[in-house]
Amino acid sequence: MDKNHLFKTTILIGALGVIVLLLAIFLSLLIYSMPSLKAFGIKFFLGKDWDPVNKTFGALPFLIGTFLTSFLALLFSMPMSLSISILLGEYLREGVISSTLRSLTELLAGIPSVIYGFWGLFVLIPLVRKLEIAIGAPPIGVGIFTASLILTIMIVPYSASLGREVIELVPHDIKEAAYSLGATRYEVIRHIIIPYARSGILAGILLSLGRAMGETMAVTMLIGNSNYIPKSIFSPGNTMASVIANEFTEATEKLHLSSLIEIGLSLLIITTIVGIIGRYIIKKLSVGERSLG
Amino acid sequence: MDNNDKLTLRLFKDKLFKLLIIALAFISVTPLILILIYIAQKGLSVINWEFITNLPKPVGEKGGGILNALVGTIIIVGIASIISIPPGIAAGIYMAEQKESRISSIAKICIEVLQSIPSIVIGIIAYVWIVIPMRGFSALSGGVALAIMMFPLVVRSTEETIKLIPGSLKEAALALGVPYYKAILKIILPAGLSGILTGILVGIARIAGETAPLLFTAFGSPYLSFNIFKPMSSLPLLIFNYATSPYEEWHRIAWGASFVLVIMVLILNIIARVIAKRWKTRF
Repeated sequence: MDKNHLFKTTILIGALGVIVLLLAIFLSLLIYSMPSLKAFGIKFFLGKDWDPVNKTFGALPFLIGTFLTSFLALLFSMPMSLSISILLGEYLREGVISSTLRSLTELLAGIPSVIYGFWGLFVLIPLVRKLEIAIGAPPIGVGIFTASLILTIMIVPYSASLGREVIELVPHDIKEAAYSLGATRYEVIRHIIIPYARSGILAGILLSLGRAMGETMAVTMLIGNSNYIPKSIFSPGNTMASVIANEFTEATEKLHLSSLIEIGLSLLIITTIVGIIGRYIIKKLSVGERSLG
Repeated sequence: MDNNDKLTLRLFKDKLFKLLIIALAFISVTPLILILIYIAQKGLSVINWEFITNLPKPVGEKGGGILNALVGTIIIVGIASIISIPPGIAAGIYMAEQKESRISSIAKICIEVLQSIPSIVIGIIAYVWIVIPMRGFSALSGGVALAIMMFPLVVRSTEETIKLIPGSLKEAALALGVPYYKAILKIILPAGLSGILTGILVGIARIAGETAPLLFTAFGSPYLSFNIFKPMSSLPLLIFNYATSPYEEWHRIAWGASFVLVIMVLILNIIARVIAKRWKTRF
């Protein structure tokens, strides 16, 4: 075999490796989920009890935990990231503040999640406790609410930089047309930029949602790790990711391990779908831009 | 309301909105800045030479360092790089060279899905693939987990860099009678080196702070270990274990470790950016 042929085969194997890797990941998760899939079927996702001692495994508390924390985080983070992205994308496109804020958000995006969790343990928990005393909730400190707060802080830099990019994509000529008709800056933002960037902002929200759902360490450290359905947003709970992080090394029993892996598989499927829709919207948006220009 | 009043109202709204945006942005950025200051304050007070070169001490004793975790992080990240970089570059070359092929378009979707897999799920995979067959936690399994995370990043940066290099460069080489494999390895890859290197460094910065995939693979260990078939500590694992412990002395060590880790990630990102700027792939 000559060297050209060898080289071409090597890079082909590399590319096939990408596909095989993903298939192998899905298949392995599926195979190891089998015992739990067979034992519980669809009831796995409707069951309220997660009881390793009695070998009953229902994932509903964790599904609720994941959706509750990530949607709350999204809700809290939206005004924050939207205001930063409007400020950076429209008011302060250049200058010292803009570039400082930009490097700051990049720096924050690089901080490992375990450090956010650590910070949350020592700063957020006492604050939440004070709040809980003030409103008359039991002052546990940890719980769904605290986990949502840390997720909010973690996704703001990411969604703000996505939002800024989308806002910068709005073509100048339509903004200038509005200005020339006498519109104020607020009116341009409200009636031109936001409607134009709407789908991009939606995509940013979906991508942030995918991140929040898969986030493990910070949430595990702050959510309180309770396997019951949370009664309020201040009660402790568990997300799909955090229950895996907590119980995986202790799961000596086959059905327990298999149930945890099935949760992992479901988490993978959910984040994949959310991520693909988000990226599809962004791709469509940027391609549309180019063809317009 | 006459026209003048209307105009005043509109201008007022404009000012109000601007103030509101600035205020909101300021409020949102403040906690982020506070986190950075907090880490720096807590971390700097702990760090000294002993902290970097000593092993952790048992509970109750003062002092101790993070040498085992530092060495562990370097070894595990090293394993991940060795496993993920060569196949990543190969796949990237194929996808850039055979843009139209069906394999490339499928691989492209797969890369996107791989990138969005939650890190804890990758931990499960490495557990199933390495820990179960080898009957025990090991640094190797941690390295494999991180390699799965790094692999799509390497493929992506290689593919994107090579696509930027104009076809004329390769055609010129081929026209001179250079065999295809040499044209790629000796002309195209060196031309795109800075882009690929940047991607690799960003990838390393990303995986160096990962904790979740290591929880049930590398597992952690209080001893200095070089054996990749045995459990090994790493900075993020040490931070997690010490942060959630009830001992104040361990919290101090965890803050120091956090600061070291943040600085490491920061330096990697800065080097990546310098390389990208200085030796930019320009054509």
